[in-house]
Amino acid sequence: MQFMLLFSRQGKLRLQKWYVPLSDKEKKKITRELVQTVLARKPKMCSFLEWRDLKIVYKRYASLYFCCAIEDQDNELITLEIIHRYVELLDKYFGSVCELDIIFNFEKAYFILDEFLLGGEVQETSKKNVLKAIEQADLLQEEMVYIRRQAVSTEGKYDQIQEIVVSYFYLQKVKMQTTEFKVDVF
Amino acid sequence: MVSSLKLHDLIEEIRGAKTQAQEREVIQKECAHIRASFRDGDPLQRHRQLAKLLYVHMLGYPAHFGQMECLKLIASPRFIDKRVGYLGAMLLLDERHDAHLLITNSIKNDLSQGIQPVQGLALCTLGTMGSAEMCRDLATEVEKLLLQPGSYVRKKAILTAVHMVRKVPELSDIFLPPCAKLLREHHHGILLGTITLIMELCERSPAALRHFRKVVPKLVHILRTLVTTGYSTEHSISGVSDPFLQVQILRLLRILGRNHEESSETMNDLLAQVATNTDTSRNAGSAVLFETVLTIMDICSAAGLRVLAVNILGRFLLNSDKNIRADRQGCWPRHNRVFSTLGRYVALTSLLRLVQSDHSAVQRHRPTVVECLQESDASLSRQALELSLALVNNSNVRAMTQELQAFLESCPPDLRSDCASGILLAAERFAPTRRWHIDTILHVLTTAGTYVRDDAVANLTQLIGSAQELHAYSVRRLYQALVEDISQQPLVQVAAWCIGEYGDFLLENCEETEPLQVEEEEVLALLEKVLQSPMSLPATRGYALTALMKLSTRLPGDTKAAILEKMPLVEHGGSRADEEAKESREDTAPVPTEPQTSKLLDLLDLLHEAPGDTQQPPSLTPSPEGALVRFLDLPCAPPPPGKPQQRGERGLTRWVEMCFLLWNHRLQLMYPPPVCPPIQITLSYRLKGSFDHANPLWPLFSVFLCSDFFPVPQGPATSPTRFILLSPCPLPQFLKPSHLKLLAFLVLSLLNVSCPPLLFLFKLVLPSYLTHSTHYHPDCLVSVLLILHAPD
Repeated sequence: MQFMLLFSRQGKLRLQKWYVPLSDKEKKKITRELVQTVLARKPKMCSFLEWRDLKIVYKRYASLYFCCAIEDQDNELITLEIIHRYVELLDKYFGSVCELDIIFNFEKAYFILDEFLLGGEVQETSKKNVLKAIEQADLLQEEMVYIRRQAVSTEGKYDQIQEIVVSYFYLQKVKMQTTEFKVDVF
Repeated sequence: MVSSLKLHDLIEEIRGAKTQAQEREVIQKECAHIRASFRDGDPLQRHRQLAKLLYVHMLGYPAHFGQMECLKLIASPRFIDKRVGYLGAMLLLDERHDAHLLITNSIKNDLSQGIQPVQGLALCTLGTMGSAEMCRDLATEVEKLLLQPGSYVRKKAILTAVHMVRKVPELSDIFLPPCAKLLREHHHGILLGTITLIMELCERSPAALRHFRKVVPKLVHILRTLVTTGYSTEHSISGVSDPFLQVQILRLLRILGRNHEESSETMNDLLAQVATNTDTSRNAGSAVLFETVLTIMDICSAAGLRVLAVNILGRFLLNSDKNIRADRQGCWPRHNRVFSTLGRYVALTSLLRLVQSDHSAVQRHRPTVVECLQESDASLSRQALELSLALVNNSNVRAMTQELQAFLESCPPDLRSDCASGILLAAERFAPTRRWHIDTILHVLTTAGTYVRDDAVANLTQLIGSAQELHAYSVRRLYQALVEDISQQPLVQVAAWCIGEYGDFLLENCEETEPLQVEEEEVLALLEKVLQSPMSLPATRGYALTALMKLSTRLPGDTKAAILEKMPLVEHGGSRADEEAKESREDTAPVPTEPQTSKLLDLLDLLHEAPGDTQQPPSLTPSPEGALVRFLDLPCAPPPPGKPQQRGERGLTRWVEMCFLLWNHRLQLMYPPPVCPPIQITLSYRLKGSFDHANPLWPLFSVFLCSDFFPVPQGPATSPTRFILLSPCPLPQFLKPSHLKLLAFLVLSLLNVSCPPLLFLFKLVLPSYLTHSTHYHPDCLVSVLLILHAPD
């Protein structure tokens, strides 16, 4: 995948993920042209179109267009599944997601996407695993756990300790129903 | 510290702005706050400020001053800082900025710290925007992470490796060895990443490709397990186990099995199994099936398997009701839907790729393909058109042409030209009879005349010309078509030509069509109508004029006077009652619209670019004209000097008569049957008395612009021959070097000519030209000498 764009029916950009290096100007130009092209399509039309030398796969969910640009050898139908899976993840995370969720929590939308795709390729095909990863990261963020490491690391040992710490605090949170506490661990 | 908005409030305020200007104001104000905060604000709040900046950036506003903040945030030990910092890096930094290299160190640190979420962030950023230098620096770090326990980081490391290999192909050496071990894992994410990595390695190196052929059995095993294992909640989509992984495996199998018998054989059974067992009621299954079909067609598969694949594509083409689900766009989806247009689209694209190699298999689905022509989606109907045209062959040409002609009548304008050209091409290749061919072309010209390519006219005239038995039939059909409609230029051109050539048949009876009661007058009137019509292009007028000329010799009875009357009138000057003059016409585009690829056209344009130099008043040396006339033995008084308009008139009369004469010499019979000789009216003279616009060399060129005089290419003529009248004209005061070059070119071509009258003419005229010119081009001199010594 070369890039993914989310935009509203008015053409406002809600998310842009680029997997190819392009200048800001080029990105803006591509976005503008592509948004125009896709918005001009009638509802009954096919979800695929050829644009420049790329294949564009797009799907509209409520008021948002999800638009991916793939290369010639990529499978259009599976790209539709990728889009659909992403929407499902958003849906599960936000609970009946709508465009406003993505507007006000755009950074979360990016984080979720980054747990699902990496470098334009699918990294995790299990919905459960993706959501779990997000949850853990959110937790880590909220708990403000500082983990200081020594310069010399003994491989494996610290990983285990860190895992224990995080899981411990996760369990604690569930038990204590608190959202915030600070811990120093070294 | 100046109080600034929280992200949420900022977004609210921006959305509340009624105008672009208001929005800009809000954003500028907030950006000032953000900048101030970056400078000396609370470091703990830095991530909030950057988040606001990133939002503003998405709306299209500049955010470059946030780049260094990304670096600081990434280096911070707090997870929230890193999260936002890395996101900022992916959005704001890219290869073109030097700043991007500064995060290499931070990434290195984060990768080695062993905290999984942090490693994940680092890998993700590296795999998204890592430049070649960064990739080189961090390759070993990533390699280490490939094989450590913990699937979360491993799967990310593998895809980061994919990115690195794409950026720096030499890194393939580092990432090739671990692949075999990684394939033995069970985690789907790891498998998926590994297969993607192997694909990249194979595509970049034939050695790697050979190396990885040995994993084909393993891949087959994995895929078979996926397909035969039952439903798994974690990875299945509508009953298909992990379609992402299946598709990726199939792609790799395709790469490995291509041109390799042994590997292809290993996967044959499995492919057949997947092809027949995958449930395609939902898109997930269709995706897998589609990939299977592509793989089958690309490897060395058994013939039976190939036919199966094509038939599967045929199934995709069918618009069966049970596959159509209503497109409920108004709500978030609760379960998968499949859309038959998607199936049709991928099927048409694939069949198009296969139509050459598996023609008979694809033929079986011709009816469905033709049905797809009716699709309202333009991209679908275009594919269907292309495929339909590719499927035309000897046995189905009549039926297909009928379908395509029906399509032509109703298709969207942007497809018309392709459709028309396609039909004409197919007719040319597969026409069962010549009469059918003519009918087809006629039909296309009537339906979509303005959309046909320029050589259609030439092709049709040649076709008609060569089919002697159909002359009568053709001229009648064309006459009737012309009576109905004189707006479609190609049709009018062909019809005019045909009437000119075979007009006498119009007056007789013909068995093949109903008898037409046509009078000579009607025919001439029709041609006159064409001449006068504002819709007619200059080329069309040329055709009509030629036709009129020719009819003078073909029609029984003395029609010369009547024909002369039909010639367009001049605007100025008195015209004598019994002599008409052609209308003075400014031919700014003297060349008609037919494409003429010979260099001559370019030269002509060149010539016409230099009109300004020929502003001299015409010289009054009547000798070349006199000689010309004398030779041709026409009665004509020398033009009275000082009375340009009369001279022009007489010149015109001589023109017309000379044209008749030359025609009667049956010049055209010396050469292969001319496709279509219209008359090009080249003289554009001003009755005011000066030859300002007409380049004096025009007349000279005009004679020789007949492609009869050039070696005619074998095979179907690509353009009509042009027979252009010689016109008497005064001599230029001097010839520019470019003119001479052109002369030389023509002269050389003339050496092929065996037309005495014109050759003589040229010999006659040329010396006078040369004596008047003050510039000699050496090439030209040589050629002139040659021609002067050429045998008569």
